Amino acid sequence: MSAKDFPVIVELSTPGRVGFSFPEPDVPERPIERLLPVDQIREAPPGLPEVSELDVVRHYTRLSHRNFSIDEGFYPLGSCTMKYNPKIHEETAALPGFRRLHPYAPAEEAQGALQLMWELERALAEVSGMDRVTFQPAAGAHGELTGMLMVRAYFAARGEKRTKVIVPDSAHGTNPATAAMVGYQVITVKSDSRGNMDVRALRQAMDESVAAIMLTNPNTLGLFEESIVELEEIVHGRGGQMYLDGANFNAMLGMTRPGDQGFDVMHMNLHKTFTTPHGGGGPGAGAVGIRSHLTPFLPVPVIEKEGDLFRLDDARPQSIGKIRAFYGNFGNLVRAYTYIRTMGADGLRQIAETAVLNANYMLARLRGRFDLPYDRVCKHEFVLAGTRQKKRTGVTTRDMAKRVLDYGFHAPTIYFPLIVEEAIMIEPTETESKRTMDEFVDAMLAIDRETQDNPDLVRSAPHTTPVKRLDEVRAARQPDLRWKTRP
Amino acid sequence: MYPKDLRYSTEHEWAKVEQRRVRVGVTKFAADKLSDVVFVELPQVGAQVTYMEPFGVIESVKAVSDLYAPVSGRVVEVNTSLSEAPEVVNTDPYGRGWIILVEPKDLKELDKLMTAEQYLKAIGEDPE
Repeated sequence: MSAKDFPVIVELSTPGRVGFSFPEPDVPERPIERLLPVDQIREAPPGLPEVSELDVVRHYTRLSHRNFSIDEGFYPLGSCTMKYNPKIHEETAALPGFRRLHPYAPAEEAQGALQLMWELERALAEVSGMDRVTFQPAAGAHGELTGMLMVRAYFAARGEKRTKVIVPDSAHGTNPATAAMVGYQVITVKSDSRGNMDVRALRQAMDESVAAIMLTNPNTLGLFEESIVELEEIVHGRGGQMYLDGANFNAMLGMTRPGDQGFDVMHMNLHKTFTTPHGGGGPGAGAVGIRSHLTPFLPVPVIEKEGDLFRLDDARPQSIGKIRAFYGNFGNLVRAYTYIRTMGADGLRQIAETAVLNANYMLARLRGRFDLPYDRVCKHEFVLAGTRQKKRTGVTTRDMAKRVLDYGFHAPTIYFPLIVEEAIMIEPTETESKRTMDEFVDAMLAIDRETQDNPDLVRSAPHTTPVKRLDEVRAARQPDLRWKTRP
Repeated sequence: MYPKDLRYSTEHEWAKVEQRRVRVGVTKFAADKLSDVVFVELPQVGAQVTYMEPFGVIESVKAVSDLYAPVSGRVVEVNTSLSEAPEVVNTDPYGRGWIILVEPKDLKELDKLMTAEQYLKAIGEDPE
């Protein structure tokens, strides 16, 4: 694909072309200098593309065809929970009472929206075992930041000076990044040979200078933390807080609750577990649940119910403040609410059961042909290693992932978690059929054969996509981030 | 691949004594594991670094990792050429790919690090 095949919208610009026509004004025109202060008037018009409506529609529709989405094919991107987003969500989110509601509408005129948020909060509190939930964070990492700011405010209120946060070596990169951003020193604790956090190492690292541990459960290996009860005793025994990265909440729904496991604060990726759009289609929604001792620190506003009426409470002196405009990505709250109400309690439990069953089915078919450093019954995802293939003919996990594209699937997550060499992380989710999973497994097995019979075919993949192998190294070393007129 | 006159840390940094100073970089093993290095975040000249605590960050197309100081002391020089050409960490990890030069508090601290032979054993490679 050349630049000529895919111009940027600016290159489609034709001087004078417009995509609108306004009627003649029915009020007298006044020069702009009389309406605005001189220093606020542009010297030259902005360099916007001059295109027609049809130009715009075609350009972005063509671009969208180059995208890959869950509506188009299997997307086993481990840790990301790329499951189907039911279309009924779009109907409810488009209801005029929700869609047209102005964010500045006074609470008395937005009772339906507030009731929806209140009920969604109750539902998420129920499935997570938390006491309150805020919807302000824009997505998961923002949720982590919000949660850890509350942890920091909690210790400040108690007059405790704690300076460290513990994360496992299998953590999502956002966990240590969040802890550092909130001002903590990050302590990494290694995993044991079964892929759990090493209890002895945690006991050594844990003392009264540690504010919190940030855990993912099931962890990024797709494995349930078998010592969660012991971990909780160690952390709470020294007065620390338990933060759950809820990226993998999908595997737990209706089976066990983070609150019951002892977590004090967690984020829930509504765009993963609760089927609101993501993966370029976002925006995300990172609800944060907390146990009651953290309630004073919730970001404002908090929705409160008084009698039959809902109101927004901003008068919360210990709050960490406002962390996002208005009330989070409201349209996605409507979608998550719709999902929970259409699934019901039994349905939510079935999600976790089927997600785990699907992952174990695929693992059973792939085990034996790929290395599996932590060989246990997995939860909703599993992590293979391409070490055997690399040793045999030098074909790497990256090569195999590129080859997956030729078979019409999105590639799995690769090279994560960092503790697995040549990692291949596969998450089918509960929404895939046995047939689709079989097709994907067959492709993986075929690629494994290709690495022996025709390694160059894999090394030079992908062959069928509009864009071939990209120069990732050059893109990272010499990023070209700004459009400039081509010579 | 692992020069005998260097000392090695468990986090895959090497340390080389040059007169009273210690030059620091990452090992061939680390550079290979990271694959193509695309960015190295360096400390300021004058910064204090502490034994086995992070002093910088190394980023490849595969992963982002902390750099750990194999010795405590003050940074007297940093390899600024890495901002233009981070790939020398891959091509010449013990030479042009050096990262910082430290004025150590106590040279004896280096005794805590591994010899080339011990390091080879630690990464599971045959000394031959």
